[in-house]
Amino acid sequence: MSGAPPRIVVIGASAGAIQALSVILPELPADFPVPIIIVVHVPTDRSNILAPLFETRCRMTVREAEDKEQALPGVIYFAPPDYHLLVESDATLSLSTDEPVLYSRPSIDVLFESAADSFGDAVSAVILTGASADGARGLKAICEAGGVAMIEEPETAQADTMPLAAAAACPEARILTLEAIADYLMKDIAA
Amino acid sequence: MDAALRDAGLSDVIEDIEIRLLLEALNLRYHYDFRNYAQASIRRRLKQARQRLGMPTFSALQEALLHDKAMLPQLLGYLTVQVSEMFRDPSYFRAIREKVVPVLRTYPSLRIWIAGCSGGEELYSLVILFREEGLEERTIFYATDISQEALETASRGIYALDRIKGFTENHRLSGGKSSLSDYYTTGYGGAVFDKSLRDRVVFSDHSLVTDAVFAEMQLISCRNVLIYFNRELQNRAIGLFRDSLVRGGFLGLGSKENLRFSAHADGFANFVRDEKIYQRREG
Repeated sequence: MSGAPPRIVVIGASAGAIQALSVILPELPADFPVPIIIVVHVPTDRSNILAPLFETRCRMTVREAEDKEQALPGVIYFAPPDYHLLVESDATLSLSTDEPVLYSRPSIDVLFESAADSFGDAVSAVILTGASADGARGLKAICEAGGVAMIEEPETAQADTMPLAAAAACPEARILTLEAIADYLMKDIAA
Repeated sequence: MDAALRDAGLSDVIEDIEIRLLLEALNLRYHYDFRNYAQASIRRRLKQARQRLGMPTFSALQEALLHDKAMLPQLLGYLTVQVSEMFRDPSYFRAIREKVVPVLRTYPSLRIWIAGCSGGEELYSLVILFREEGLEERTIFYATDISQEALETASRGIYALDRIKGFTENHRLSGGKSSLSDYYTTGYGGAVFDKSLRDRVVFSDHSLVTDAVFAEMQLISCRNVLIYFNRELQNRAIGLFRDSLVRGGFLGLGSKENLRFSAHADGFANFVRDEKIYQRREG
């Protein structure tokens, strides 16, 4: 695949996210060499279930992102409910309460666009299942900056709207099954 | 690296230079200093501003800003826009009510600072809470922001009707002792909050970036403002808060903000840890 060695992996998912992420994240080793930053659309009632849920299933450390925290290798960060999550060029994380994008806060577009701006071609990005068009613009920005773009196979995704929108916006992205995405992360990044 | 990729990299570099120059221009010309704001957010807001103002590049926006004064309020509108709710995070306001208010009762007079008051949602939440707790009469509320537009919105106290349902639910969950509808009438296509809520409020233009300490406060509430600053600027603001608080005074931050990365963390103790309410240490 094209692109520089990734310094960061970003993932966006919505409806069906937990099942899809459960195929990928538990595969990854505790010493995965770059941080993984994830936006999942969740209700805005501020309760955070994602980090505790995946903490028990993953070998990597799993956390909810805190403002101005340094993103570290071997750690998975989830965006907190009702905040946008952005990544700075020094790999610190910033939160924002800017208006929702496509009715979503956190927004996948916001995370992905910040990753493209901050890391250029050193980003690997994944769009998973979801029933919204969020992530398409962001994935396009990643492609334009020369990063690696991957999309979950729409036919097997629990909800295909998000993969289809992303594929339309970013035709050069690779369409892969969940297993193949996990495989890529293991072989091309962790190896 | 092929030519297209090299171009993509180059245009990013140019854009970064343009953004830095634009922020310098804004500071040199108008003394609004956004240079130490968290980069990713400010870049995103500037891109939105550039698009909506119809400017092809940040350099064009800079030229317009330097030569046309009318551009300033427009740009500031994009850079300072904040979206909040009344009683956002009801558990924070419940903690203020149940844990902080009992301490505040011991003071004969109170000064409260809502720093970065934006459109006033948090201000009115606190005034209503203090009225419910019988503390309003002895309190002066200082509501500050760098944006004149935000201060005007806050001092009007009119909110779209479709937001009131959420505000009402938040207020109830915060342990509200009255009905939110006691405080507004509907008209002008919105909910108009009672002007008596502003009897004890002083609105003021104040920048956490460039201005100095405020009078001795018993409580400073500054929620989801620091997330827009880089660490250096966060540090300045938190130092300012420490120096503006009486000993034993309280600082309330947003639920995802913390003092961990600040050089002034030692000046504060956790008071309600989960709600990010801190107390200034004695001495």
